Amino acid sequence: MNPLELADARPGPAFTVTLDGREIPALPGQTVAAALWAAGITSWRTTRGQGRPRGIFCGIGVCFDCLVTVNDRPNQRACLVTLRPGDAIRTQEGTGHDD
Amino acid sequence: MTERPHLAVIGAGPAGLAASLAAAARGVRVTLIDAAPDAGGQFYRQPATGLGARRPQALHHQWRTWERLRDGLAAQADIRHLTEHHVWCVERKSSGSDRPDAFTVHALLGPLQEEPATVHADAVLLATGGYERVLPFPGWTLPGVVTAGGAQAMLKAGLVVPGRVAVVAGTGPLLLPVATGLAAAGVRVEALVESADPKAVVRHTRALAAKLPEAARYAARLLRHRVRFLPRNAVVEAHGDERVESVTVAALDADGRVRPGTGRRIPCDTLAIGHGMLPHTDLAETLGCRLDGVRVHADEEQRTDVPGVWAAGESTGIGGAALSLAEGHIAGRSIAARLAGRTPDPRGWATAAKSRTKLGEFAAALDTVYAPPAHWTEQVTDDTVVCRCEEVTAGAIREAVGGLGAADVRTVKLLTRAGMGWCQGRMCGPAVAGLASCELTPARRPFARPVPLGVLAQEAQEAQEAEATDAAEAARETRKAQDHAHPTEKELS
Repeated sequence: MNPLELADARPGPAFTVTLDGREIPALPGQTVAAALWAAGITSWRTTRGQGRPRGIFCGIGVCFDCLVTVNDRPNQRACLVTLRPGDAIRTQEGTGHDD
Repeated sequence: MTERPHLAVIGAGPAGLAASLAAAARGVRVTLIDAAPDAGGQFYRQPATGLGARRPQALHHQWRTWERLRDGLAAQADIRHLTEHHVWCVERKSSGSDRPDAFTVHALLGPLQEEPATVHADAVLLATGGYERVLPFPGWTLPGVVTAGGAQAMLKAGLVVPGRVAVVAGTGPLLLPVATGLAAAGVRVEALVESADPKAVVRHTRALAAKLPEAARYAARLLRHRVRFLPRNAVVEAHGDERVESVTVAALDADGRVRPGTGRRIPCDTLAIGHGMLPHTDLAETLGCRLDGVRVHADEEQRTDVPGVWAAGESTGIGGAALSLAEGHIAGRSIAARLAGRTPDPRGWATAAKSRTKLGEFAAALDTVYAPPAHWTEQVTDDTVVCRCEEVTAGAIREAVGGLGAADVRTVKLLTRAGMGWCQGRMCGPAVAGLASCELTPARRPFARPVPLGVLAQEAQEAQEAEATDAAEAARETRKAQDHAHPTEKELS
């Protein structure tokens, strides 16, 4: 059973957002991180020093590992930002200020 | 005009909700301030409204208690619930709790946290909860490695799971609901790896007896989902290149050391890991509240040692939702009495106090049983990243300690930048303390979360303007007083 079935969810209509231009489906109320996880994506940032991939770690806004660029604003915590239709997500490299 | 006293409650988890309801029922105006879009905190984290979950209780425990809190909040007109308010500082404006507007709570609004908001109150309750402690090991920064609580939070709120095949590992009672929750949500949980020794539980049966039926229920669920339970084992490495592909699990000896030759690989795409929890104490520290170790000190009434500031729930020591409810209830009643100028009668909350004592003993027993393995640092290789934000390795920290003589977390930070990044050492603090063989001390962060410079500048400007207004008023008052006191001088002039 998947989580939506488990909670007997009847979400509002799905919409699309983009990750680096590629369309990703999202459900109303889901955060950036939730939609990316649902699409099977677990990393969307590379670190400043070693360029290593990162995604969700703490999931509750404490660790800052899931930073991402949302509608050209870098350093947003993917686990906190709720998606709206048409949002453009970009994987963030380093501080996100070099883009 | 005499206004009713006003309480600001920070945190809408079990402690904050219980306190708000208890205080509001006794005539206090309450503003409940919380970062989430819905009440509940981490324990009762709710699915996003847009997901239309008809059976959210499938992901929860003690659902009836939640319904009682939720309905109480909805029915109580004296509680104003501010959602998506991220509090970064509580400012104490005057020394006495009997003064109106004694406190200003500073928050940032919405998910982007850029717009400021303030709340003025006569008293403050800190119900700021806790966060997970995760100790490093090789591979722990790979995508797919998440905190156990994080995996649970994403499941409860977003109705998503991190992958298809998981290992849940570390130590502590949280691992049980996480493993069973992921399994119920369709994840194949290959193993629940617990470093503690379950035999130790037997030595604490008196305090733990009440929880044995709950443990038995979890055991049955693990069995039903065919989750292997591996006690006295630990994940010593996560393997993968761009994400986790497998983990190595090894057995521990009686001293908590890895037994050589026992390592075995378990393929998985997710590792959910946690080593217990730590209290959020930032706001309390800024207010100057006394801390006992890493927890906020609170007396029998849940008062901190700063007048007008109460604390309840995980911020005063990790002990679970039931203890948080008891502490919150006591705090709410104490606040209502104190703000009305009365000394509260503790007999009024005797039941809650009794449960607080029992649950406190239980939490202490759990703490003893579920301590991280004594020799966990031996598995941390020099090239393991310890500070995730600043990418500081264990080797650099060892060099700061062994080569440069650092003997505390702060000195390591100054020498290596460990703890200087975005999360301000919340993630690496316990690890640095362990590697440096020193006590984990409170970090003394000036703000509880990042604040845009623009907001600080605006606050400073407003404070300056207020000061100027006050000064002008004071000057007018002085002139008036002088005019009054020396009419003859005026007549003469």
